[in-house]
Amino acid sequence: METVLALVIGGLYAISFYLMLRRSMVKLIFGLMLFTQAVNLLIFTAAGLTRGQPPIVPPGATAVPAPYADPLPQALILTAIVISFGMLAFALALTRRGFLAMQTDDLDRLGRGAPE
Amino acid sequence: MSTLVVVPILVPLCAAIAGLLAAGRSTLQRALSVVGAAAQLAVGVALLHTVHTRGIQVQQLGHWPAPFGITIVADLFSAIMVTVTGLVGLCVSLFALVDIGPERERFAFHPLLHFLLMGVAGAFLTGDLFNLFVWFELIIMTSFVLLALGGERPQIEGAVKYLTLNFIASGLFLTALGILYGQFGTLNMADLAIRLESQPSGVGLPSAMLMLVAFGIKAGVFPLFFWLPDSYHTPPAAVTALFAGLLTKVGVYAMIRVLTLVFTAELLVLAPLIVTASLLTMVTGVLGAAAQYDIRRLLAFHIISQIGYMTLGLGLRTEAALAASVFYIVHNVIAKTNLFFVAGAIRHIRGTSELRALGGLYRDEPRLSALFLIPALALAGIPPLSGFVAKFTLVKAALTADAFLPAAVALGVGMLTLYSMTKIWAEAFWKAAPADAGGGTRAPVPIAMLLPIIALTTLTVLLGVLPGTLLDLASGAAMQLLDRRQYLDAVLGTAR
Repeated sequence: METVLALVIGGLYAISFYLMLRRSMVKLIFGLMLFTQAVNLLIFTAAGLTRGQPPIVPPGATAVPAPYADPLPQALILTAIVISFGMLAFALALTRRGFLAMQTDDLDRLGRGAPE
Repeated sequence: MSTLVVVPILVPLCAAIAGLLAAGRSTLQRALSVVGAAAQLAVGVALLHTVHTRGIQVQQLGHWPAPFGITIVADLFSAIMVTVTGLVGLCVSLFALVDIGPERERFAFHPLLHFLLMGVAGAFLTGDLFNLFVWFELIIMTSFVLLALGGERPQIEGAVKYLTLNFIASGLFLTALGILYGQFGTLNMADLAIRLESQPSGVGLPSAMLMLVAFGIKAGVFPLFFWLPDSYHTPPAAVTALFAGLLTKVGVYAMIRVLTLVFTAELLVLAPLIVTASLLTMVTGVLGAAAQYDIRRLLAFHIISQIGYMTLGLGLRTEAALAASVFYIVHNVIAKTNLFFVAGAIRHIRGTSELRALGGLYRDEPRLSALFLIPALALAGIPPLSGFVAKFTLVKAALTADAFLPAAVALGVGMLTLYSMTKIWAEAFWKAAPADAGGGTRAPVPIAMLLPIIALTTLTVLLGVLPGTLLDLASGAAMQLLDRRQYLDAVLGTAR
């Protein structure tokens, strides 16, 4: 399972960087979206995949028995998701604003502005 | 346990919330903003005093012991940076009274400023890597809005670049955190430092490298600086001064903190790379500045050039060099913020910051000219100003460490900095005003603009004439950075 996920993560990183290197602003946003997903998956996978072992202390015991799914990475990912959600919302608003002002989606022409 | 450590984060939070509640009543909002920033400075000074007299202060949030909860910790380096944050915050909030129009004030400029200060203070004080990430995101979010507020065309272009690059930097930082957590199961800096001690340097190298790149983007180190000159010169002067003074230094701070505390073995491997990157940063920044004809763009390139000096101290890895870095950061924050203020004041009275369209300022505004000249010469490193002490200690540290090339480059770049500053002086102040010059208010510089400029200029002179106190603090900070035991004991307890 780790191997499959590692390949998926690598693929996501590659695709997101490819998209970010394009000139289109929309593709840039897609690239950023995929990038955050890839990072979240990486945290999830790197912390170890454990199935069917919830970190719940059984009655009578004082600690969780050894192989258990670590809940902390999921908390980290949750935080990261919320933050990236806010960032993407801002990025989308900014892109729309840029498009309205410049009438172009091309990042190379952004600095020079739209033809009058 | 010390509650004082958390206060520099809480004060701006309260100021921001109070500012939001006072929305619509602009006089009240402005007053709250200035009072909040002044309180932040006072708390910073109190924290610095406490750390200086009683050692490293730690607070475990929610009383969860160190590796499990979030640790807020202030050593001398953090305390110095928090104090400087308060100083810049106060000056910016004063300057903004005139510089920021009612339009931007209506879109919550003052609360945003305080949220940004909160993020910066949090980043300086946290002892947990994931928490550092969260503070970074807070800084980025607020700075995005401050940067794009107003929505003029060049601002949007700058904001897109700034957003993308910072987004990527955060992603790389988070990637490093994911790998580190997978390897060691902890993200507390002190805990991580101890776990990495027993490992060969290769184990932490990927994460250290990723963080170096992520913080390098934020700090504007060669070759990752290209977003900076395009975005920093677009917003109003108060915002630019805040960004120029503080934001890049957060990157430098994070770099120094992480590499000296957590990745000590990796720093040995990375040091030559850091020195090379620092030198190239200095040179490209100063050469880029020489080609510019807009004061604010020119100064933005100088931010980059100066960052090189700060990271050079990290690359040399000696106590004297790190102390020089700390001193350099303080000197640079003060001088740089001040120069952007002066540029903003010029733009206020003349309506432009384009050198070709300026002139005759020395005749019209002799006071402002003097106030420009002092931080400008300080930046170039002319005695008896703060920049001279900063450069002198750094070059001396480089020579003691047998790093002759870095010392030579540092001195050469100082000369070129002087060239850029004389260019501004000759074009904007000495040359006769061009015939078609118009626009701007032409009125004398308002007092709310002059006050922070005068205060920062005085500090520049004081730090140059009486550098003793800050030099002591800086070498104390460097000692704590290199001798990690104090920090580790303070965070994890002596019984570890």
